[in-house]
Amino acid sequence: MRRVLPPVIVGVLALVLWELIVTLGRIAPFILPAPSAIWRELLAQRTNVWEAALASGTNALVGLVAGTLIAILAALAVSRSKILGEVSVPFAAVINALPIIALAPILNNMFESTSSVPRRLVTAIVVFFPVFLNLLRGLREVNPVHQELMHTYAAGGWTFARKVRLPGALPHLFTGLRQASSLAVIAAVVAEYFGGLQDGLGARITSAAAFTAYPRAWAFVAGACLLGLTFYLVTLLLERLAMPWRQSLIS
Amino acid sequence: MTAVVVDNVSKIFNQGRPDEVTALAEIDLSIQNGEFVSLIGPSGCGKSTLLRLIADLITPTTGTVTVADRPAATARKEQEYGIAFQQAGLFEWRTVRKNVELPLELRGVSRSERKAKAEEMLELVGLADFAGHYPGQLSGGMQQRVAIARALAVQPPLLLMDEPFGALDEMTRERLQSELLGICATTGTSTVFVTHSISEAVFLSDRVVVMSARPGRITAAIDIKIPSRDEAGRQAPAYFEKITEVRKALRS
Repeated sequence: MRRVLPPVIVGVLALVLWELIVTLGRIAPFILPAPSAIWRELLAQRTNVWEAALASGTNALVGLVAGTLIAILAALAVSRSKILGEVSVPFAAVINALPIIALAPILNNMFESTSSVPRRLVTAIVVFFPVFLNLLRGLREVNPVHQELMHTYAAGGWTFARKVRLPGALPHLFTGLRQASSLAVIAAVVAEYFGGLQDGLGARITSAAAFTAYPRAWAFVAGACLLGLTFYLVTLLLERLAMPWRQSLIS
Repeated sequence: MTAVVVDNVSKIFNQGRPDEVTALAEIDLSIQNGEFVSLIGPSGCGKSTLLRLIADLITPTTGTVTVADRPAATARKEQEYGIAFQQAGLFEWRTVRKNVELPLELRGVSRSERKAKAEEMLELVGLADFAGHYPGQLSGGMQQRVAIARALAVQPPLLLMDEPFGALDEMTRERLQSELLGICATTGTSTVFVTHSISEAVFLSDRVVVMSARPGRITAAIDIKIPSRDEAGRQAPAYFEKITEVRKALRS
C-alpha cells in the first residue's frame, strides 16, 4: 500500500492540475483537451478503442515474440563464436542507430495493403536489438568460478550454455525485454502512421486528428498508453515467475 | 595406489613473452590414499597453481600429473575429484539441493538417485533443512558448506580445496574445519587443501607442504601428528610445536 499510494496521489493531483489549467486558462482543445473531455471520449469510443488496441496489441505481441526468439538464438550463436562476436556487435550498433520506424513506408510497399506483416516486421526489428545486446552481454559475463567448475565437470559447450550461461543471463534478458515490451507497442502503433492496414490505434489517432476531433485522438493515445503499460507489467510478471530466486532475495 | 603424483612439474606462464613468469619449478609431490595434505606459503608461491594443475584446469609446462593412477585430464573427465574454491560459486538460480545435484546431473545419474544423494550430502554438512532454499538466502558459511556438499556429491576419491574457508569468520571456520575432518574420515577421501593459515593447515593435515615464491618451490614437508583433531587437540603442546615448526619453515 505504501508503495502504491504516493504515485497514485501524485497522478491524481497532476490530472486535477491539468483539468484546472485547461478550464481556467481557456486553452483551446486542439492545443490540449481537458482530461475530463478525453475521459468522456474514451467512454464513448470504448468499443473502438478496445478493437483497435486488440489489433495493435496482436501486432505488438507477434513482433515481440518473433523478435525476441530470433534475438535469443542470435545471441546464443554469437556468444559461442569469437569471430561472430567481434563482427556482430558493431554491426548491430550501426543498425540499431537507424530509425527503424522509417523503414515502415518501405515495408508497407513491399506487401499488400491488407497485410499485417509490415507492422509486425517493424516491431520485430525494433525488439531485436535491446534483447540481443542485453542478452549477449549477459551470456558473456560468466562467473569465472562457474566456468572452472563446469570445466571440472567436463561439461560440453552446449551443456554449459544451457545450464550456466542462459540461466545466468536471465536478468540481462529481462532488462532487454522490459525495454523491448514498451518499444514493441510504440512500433506497432507508429508503423500505421505510414500506411498499410489501418485497423489499429495508430490509424485511429491519425484519422481523429485529421477530423480535428482532438479529444478522440487523445482517447486513442490513452488507449495506446494503457496497452504499453499492459505489455510492460506482463513482462515484469514474467520476470518474477522466471526468476523465483530473485523474488526470495527481496523477501 | 597413490591419490596424486606430481612428477617434476614446472609451470611457466606467458612463455617467451616479456612478462614470462615461472610459477612453479621442479615440483615433486605424492599424496597417499586417504591422506590430508595442506599446501601453505606466501601469496605468489604457486600453491593455487599447483592445485589447478592437479585439477587439470591448467596443464604443466613440463612434467606430469597423475591422479588416481591416470593422467590428470582423464581423471578430470571421469570426475575423480571434487573441488571447492574460496568463493562458494553456487548457481544462484538453482536451489541448494539442485546445486548439489548438478555434478550428478552432468554424469547422467537418474532423478531419484540424484535427489537421494544430494539430501544425504546436505545431511552430512548439516543443511538438510535448507534443501529448498536459494543460495542468496544463505549466509557465507552455509554457502561454503553447500559448495563442499557439491564437491562430495559424486563421492570422489580426491577432494581439492582452494582456501575454502578463507572468506569466513574465525568461529565458522573452526566449525567447518571439524566438519570437514569428520567428512573425510567417514568417506576416506584424500584431500589437497590450499591455505595461508598456519593453524588451519596444522589442525587439518597429516602433512603440511611448505612452499616459497619466485619461483614456486616446495621447501619443506612436515608430518603432523597431534593426539586428537578436536578442541583438546587445538590445545595440545604437539599442536603448538607443529605450528612453530611450520612457521620456521615458512621464514627460512
